[in-house]
Amino acid sequence: MDCAHCGLPAPEGSSFCCPGCEAVAGAIGGLGLGDFYRLRDAAAARPARPVQARPEDALLDDAPTLARHARKLEDGTLEIELLLEGLRCAACAWLVEQAVARVPGVRESNVGFATRRARVRWDPATPLSKIVTAIRAVGYGAWPYEHGRIEMVEAGERRTALRRLWVAGLGMMQVMMYAVPAYIAGEGEITADIESLMRWAGLVLTLPVVGYSAAPFFRGAWRELVRGRLGMDVPVALGILVAFAASAWATVTGAGAVYFDSVTMFVFLLLGGRYLELLARARAGSALQRLARAEVASAERLVAPTSLETLTIPAARLVPGDRVLVRTGEAVPADGEMEGPPSEVSEAWLSGESRALARRPGDALTGGSVNAGRAFVMRVKRVGDDTAAASLRRLMERALEDRPHWVAAAERAGGAFVAFVLVAAAAAAAGWWSVDPQRAVWIAVSVLVVTCPCALALATPMALVAASGALARRHLVITRGGAIERLAGATDLVFDKTGTLTEGRPRVLAFQAMRGHPLERARELAAALARPSSHPLDRAIVRACDGVRELPVSDHRNVPGDGVEALVDGRLYRLGRASFVAALHGRPFVAADGGDGTRAWLGDESGWIATVRFGDALRPEARAAVDALRDAGLRVHLLSGDGPGPVTAVAAQLGITQAVAQATPQRKIDHVRTLQARGARVAMVGDGVNDAPVLAQSDVSIAMGGGADLAQLRADAVLLSDSPADLAAGISIARRARAIVRQNLAWALAYNAIVVPMAIAGWVTPLVAGIAMASSSLVVVGNALRVRR
Amino acid sequence: MDILFLLIPLSLVLAVAIGAAFWIAVDGGQFDDLDGPAVRVVADDDLPR
Repeated sequence: MDCAHCGLPAPEGSSFCCPGCEAVAGAIGGLGLGDFYRLRDAAAARPARPVQARPEDALLDDAPTLARHARKLEDGTLEIELLLEGLRCAACAWLVEQAVARVPGVRESNVGFATRRARVRWDPATPLSKIVTAIRAVGYGAWPYEHGRIEMVEAGERRTALRRLWVAGLGMMQVMMYAVPAYIAGEGEITADIESLMRWAGLVLTLPVVGYSAAPFFRGAWRELVRGRLGMDVPVALGILVAFAASAWATVTGAGAVYFDSVTMFVFLLLGGRYLELLARARAGSALQRLARAEVASAERLVAPTSLETLTIPAARLVPGDRVLVRTGEAVPADGEMEGPPSEVSEAWLSGESRALARRPGDALTGGSVNAGRAFVMRVKRVGDDTAAASLRRLMERALEDRPHWVAAAERAGGAFVAFVLVAAAAAAAGWWSVDPQRAVWIAVSVLVVTCPCALALATPMALVAASGALARRHLVITRGGAIERLAGATDLVFDKTGTLTEGRPRVLAFQAMRGHPLERARELAAALARPSSHPLDRAIVRACDGVRELPVSDHRNVPGDGVEALVDGRLYRLGRASFVAALHGRPFVAADGGDGTRAWLGDESGWIATVRFGDALRPEARAAVDALRDAGLRVHLLSGDGPGPVTAVAAQLGITQAVAQATPQRKIDHVRTLQARGARVAMVGDGVNDAPVLAQSDVSIAMGGGADLAQLRADAVLLSDSPADLAAGISIARRARAIVRQNLAWALAYNAIVVPMAIAGWVTPLVAGIAMASSSLVVVGNALRVRR
Repeated sequence: MDILFLLIPLSLVLAVAIGAAFWIAVDGGQFDDLDGPAVRVVADDDLPR
């Protein structure tokens, strides 16, 4: 049975997969918002964090924070924009909106699904933290949104594009109204003065379309000409300009034909294509925002150089040189240097590597890493935009501006094509001038319009837009322009085992009680000792012992690197390394059941009680996904740094024949090189920065996004769901996109090969040329949309 | 057919009016979220006030 909230598999007899989902569903029901489950069209995100209040929430009520993020309105209320995490469908947006609206003191709440932002207006008497907690209670994350420069520019761009599109659309429809009577009326059926009136009306409405809507084409053409290049904008601008000028001249002089309808329709169709492209770019941009999550909200700054007294301040107010105390389980607030004492730090957010790394005084620390050892003091070196996290984010922003290779190639071909079109139009005009000067201008315009390379220009971006939309629905976000085409061309898929085919976090494989100890009691004790600890292995024990009776513990102590100890019912228990537990009772080491892997031991002063074996379990959908990939003709490889035992086990379960164990990064690179030398195109699936060199060597790289947001930046694509099944679907979407791009280009070439000679021969009027061009574009767009299927 | 001398200028005025109305709507942010309202209207969300 699947979880009623998030749709992940749930244990037998339970409607929910985890207590988190159950709590969230309870909260949703409690607010009377059960409609959510009826309205939604995507399963909700599994609540990633504990639902309780968190210490940094208090910071939200801090006056400077409020002053920075919230606006004070005239009626004394405050307004703030919150960026939301975990929105999956429009029903999610509705749910958050309602949950916030039900917080006492909230005057207005408004959630935009597309923007993933909540705008909340509330009474200053209500603390902001209460609103954020209410959002978390229904399973979403929220934090104050800071308007980045890029988003502001993007929002402005989108509005301007929409306005241009609308002006052109309105102009097109109305101008067509004035044009149609002239087309269908017989000779003399419309009086000359009415015809002239309609022409003037058409001129008036075409003016804003050419002057405002088409402005980007003129600017683009001008830029291209200044740089001495021929782009798509040149014939477009020239066609619009010549057709409009000639029509205007005909209107003023009252002689000759007018083609305002062709001009406006032409502009509208071109703008429509550009608008779709803009939307796709914005969608890619929202992935960026998710990276902002790695930022830490609060820091404990040491007030004096000698004492350990601290003051909690917003992390944004740290300056280089500050000394900060980082407690166990807390995040490093900024980039800096370790002062001491030696401890362990998990950089899982950066590398996906869940193992804690030892850090000694003088070692560098990256903001966002989590202290997995004891509390330590660090000196802040870089804050804000200078941190590693921020620069990685900038890298991703730049990657978004990449021109895909396909588009670049189409543009190069377009340049040559444009030159040809200009020459053809000029030649046609010159040729016809000697035959029939009356028609020369119109034939030139027809040639410009009919051959307009938009089919060529639209063919690729439209298919890519549709494909990135379809991929995003499978949680595969493209971060580099050329990723789709390279994904489509992949012949070999290489998995980096850690975290890609397995769960990526430790799981209890076996819980074994020693002779004379009841298993249930041992489980209760282990869970009691593990519960207050944040160590991954302890978390795994707590998950495995879910549902056991909770024993009260006292004097809980964390011994980094060794384990935990605590008093239960007055007796001292230890959970951790064998040597650590043995030090308590001094009994000889006992043998446990077979199977290798990490182990933890539980004991008291009189001896061993139990042992726990951990392992990394296979993801449930891995098998089907690998089969699907093989069916798609891909050779699947497994390269892992792990020992031969687990690697062979995973490979055997998945039917992967090419598996390499104990692969060093160099070995992995060599393997990929060998494959490439044999002509293979290698797609590499990794999970972090630690495999960055291999990702770089591969033809296309995909990062699993769950644990390692920032690692995404090194990869061409990010798999947010971490599901190999989505990966298989993604590759098939990419291949379909490639096939469609080829069809579109073939269509564009065939179309142009037929219509250009016809236009030069004078068989095509500008209106017919416009319609032909438009239908050709529609064919291309319609074909591109098939990618979504 | 003389009525056209009135109707055609009128249609121009109308087109400009529609354009202006749309312009204001875009600036007011009405096109920033195109998915949310579709759901909002179906939901039974009368708040106890």
